[in-house]
Amino acid sequence: MQKIIAWIDDRFPLTKVWNEHLAQYYAPKNFNFWYYFGSLALLVLVNQIVTGIFLTMNYKPDAALAFGSVQYIMYDVSWGWLIRYMHSVGASMFFIIIYLHMFRGLIYGSHKQPRELIWIFGTLIFVALMAEAFMGYLLPWGNMSYWGAQVIISLFTAIPVIGNGLAQWVRGDYVVSDATLNRFFAFHVIALPLVLVALVFVHLVALHKVGSNNPDGVEIKKKKDEKGIPLDGIPFHPYYTVKDIVGVTVFLMVFAAVIFFAPTLGGKFLEHDNFIPANILSTPLDIVPLWYFTPFYSMLRASTTDFTHGMLAIFTMLVAMLAFFTQRGFRAKFLSVAIAGVLLLGMYTLEAKLWGVILMGSSIVLIFFLPWLDRSPVKSIRYRGPLFKGAVIIFVLSFILLGYLGTKSPAAVDLFWFKNVLWAQGFTLLYLAFFVLMPWYTMIDKTKPVPERVTLK
Amino acid sequence: MNDDGVDRGKRRFLTALTAGVGTVGIVFAATPFVLSMTPSARARAAGAPVDVDISKLELGQMLVVAWRGKPVYIVNRTKAMLAQLPNNTPLLLDPYSKVKSQQPPYAENIYRSRKPEILVTLGVCTHLGCAPSKVFTVGAVSGLGADWPGGFFCHCHGSKYDLSGRVFKNVPAPMNLDVPPYIYLTDTLIRVGSDKKEGAA
Ligand code: HEM
Ligand code: FES
Repeated sequence: MQKIIAWIDDRFPLTKVWNEHLAQYYAPKNFNFWYYFGSLALLVLVNQIVTGIFLTMNYKPDAALAFGSVQYIMYDVSWGWLIRYMHSVGASMFFIIIYLHMFRGLIYGSHKQPRELIWIFGTLIFVALMAEAFMGYLLPWGNMSYWGAQVIISLFTAIPVIGNGLAQWVRGDYVVSDATLNRFFAFHVIALPLVLVALVFVHLVALHKVGSNNPDGVEIKKKKDEKGIPLDGIPFHPYYTVKDIVGVTVFLMVFAAVIFFAPTLGGKFLEHDNFIPANILSTPLDIVPLWYFTPFYSMLRASTTDFTHGMLAIFTMLVAMLAFFTQRGFRAKFLSVAIAGVLLLGMYTLEAKLWGVILMGSSIVLIFFLPWLDRSPVKSIRYRGPLFKGAVIIFVLSFILLGYLGTKSPAAVDLFWFKNVLWAQGFTLLYLAFFVLMPWYTMIDKTKPVPERVTLK
Repeated sequence: MNDDGVDRGKRRFLTALTAGVGTVGIVFAATPFVLSMTPSARARAAGAPVDVDISKLELGQMLVVAWRGKPVYIVNRTKAMLAQLPNNTPLLLDPYSKVKSQQPPYAENIYRSRKPEILVTLGVCTHLGCAPSKVFTVGAVSGLGADWPGGFFCHCHGSKYDLSGRVFKNVPAPMNLDVPPYIYLTDTLIRVGSDKKEGAA
């Protein structure tokens, strides 16, 4: 054995990689529950790829055959039902895990210096994952697949001048059709998985360059022993490999329970309308995307003409005020006035539909800028003040409620007093305010002193 | 390596030149791939007109047919429905069909049709392309409020259109429903997708 390893080590850095990334990779010793989700995300990524390969063996990417081939997998292929449910439930699990993983980053300040690139690669993964899920959902060619794709691709038509051409280019046809299905298959099974795997790789390369953050937001590399090993670090292997196995076990129990007892989770993980073949003449009555897109979908639906005008008016005023009060020089003033001018112009010329798309787009683009919007001197929520804590609570509630409202009809009243669309408008504002006002409230917020070493509570 | 005597200006120029030519090459090489994703010749050729027999379409009823993979709604409007149309004006974004792209010239009227009774329109919401549902019942029983004058409601994001396919104010959809080109071959036979009587359907 020794000889074999030595033989390999002369030709490939096997022991070196093992040590640098596992046996002698030092991670903070105070990881908690929230640190399970990175390794779980890896597990689910592998699950999606493996089950996906086996689904591809029987699936037919053809508008005339797709729906039938999925039924064939469910009823005639040995164990096909299990593989399909592992894939469809896995997709929802992926998003649950990713949302929790991102939330962890947010509350422990893992996006802050020096981990900005980990965060940016992460956000790119999130965008790629949304594209992957969206394209995958067209493949069964159910009625919800069809109309969901119809609606989302039509988002492009909101772009002035090139919009229609762009939407046609994406569809390869004037409507969602066989051509669209075939290319989505190509993207879903090969292009995007490659992109995802590559992004996950650089995500981890960046992570191992700077090292993990931890629930205290203390940089463990600042305090090292005489051998240069962080005092608060423990080797990833065996300590965290063993810890992660516990997470994997618990996760697999939940995963199996859903697959075997509630594979569609009452229409949440697989929608009822998708058990009907695509019908180009009739949109399902309640067209809703799967749950993980509904927060963003809510924002799209919230953009009526009045709302976008009101919001732009507030925004223009804010920018104008900034121009007036800023301490910076002439250039900053000029820039603020220019931005206000452009917004004002856009408000009068662009239609609400485009603003809806811009709003939804900004809700994601803003995530990229989190490392620079957050001006707090401390990382972890444990040592931050009431303003940040309050903001996070409001943000999480808004996100969840937007998600809930996204599954309901905009005209109905499901919360109290007001129509759903009004609530959605309110929560959209709060979601955006969380980011836009962040530089201000993180700067004036009170903070507690951060300890020198990590704590174990 | 010894950098003495290197002509930096020349090196920079050659680097920029190589990068520039390489970029042009990549753009050329990418073009066929990008264009391969545009609608194919077969997709462009599809879309022949369809002939629809409306002799069995009763007053107040709607017929849905497919043309170019899109739903086309044909409604036989009653006298009461037609009488309501002028009253909708204050509720609408473009009551007089001023946006040229949304209908052929012969539908540029409050009925948005060749004959007032028969509405022919695409059932494609101008917001994001769902097929709006018909909600012809008037008032509170429709579930759309006491002032609902009858028309189409898009469940996707709540856009509303009246019985001429004219969009309401303050809904996500920015334009009236698209009226496709069509022509009466006889009193009860409509050709959808063409303004001309000649040519096979
Ligand atoms: C396929 C999806 C993803 C995989 C497989 C993945 C994997 C991982 C792993 C294994 C870790 C280290 C373990 C841990 O800290 O939990 C990690 C850390 C991290 N990830 Fe991800 N990740 C994914 C998506 C994302 C996304 C969408 C974001 C945010 C936008 C993100 C942000 C971060 C950050 C900031 C860290 C460092 C956390 C810290 O040190 O406190 N990741 N990721
Ligand atoms: S598609 Fe009809 S309202 Fe959005």
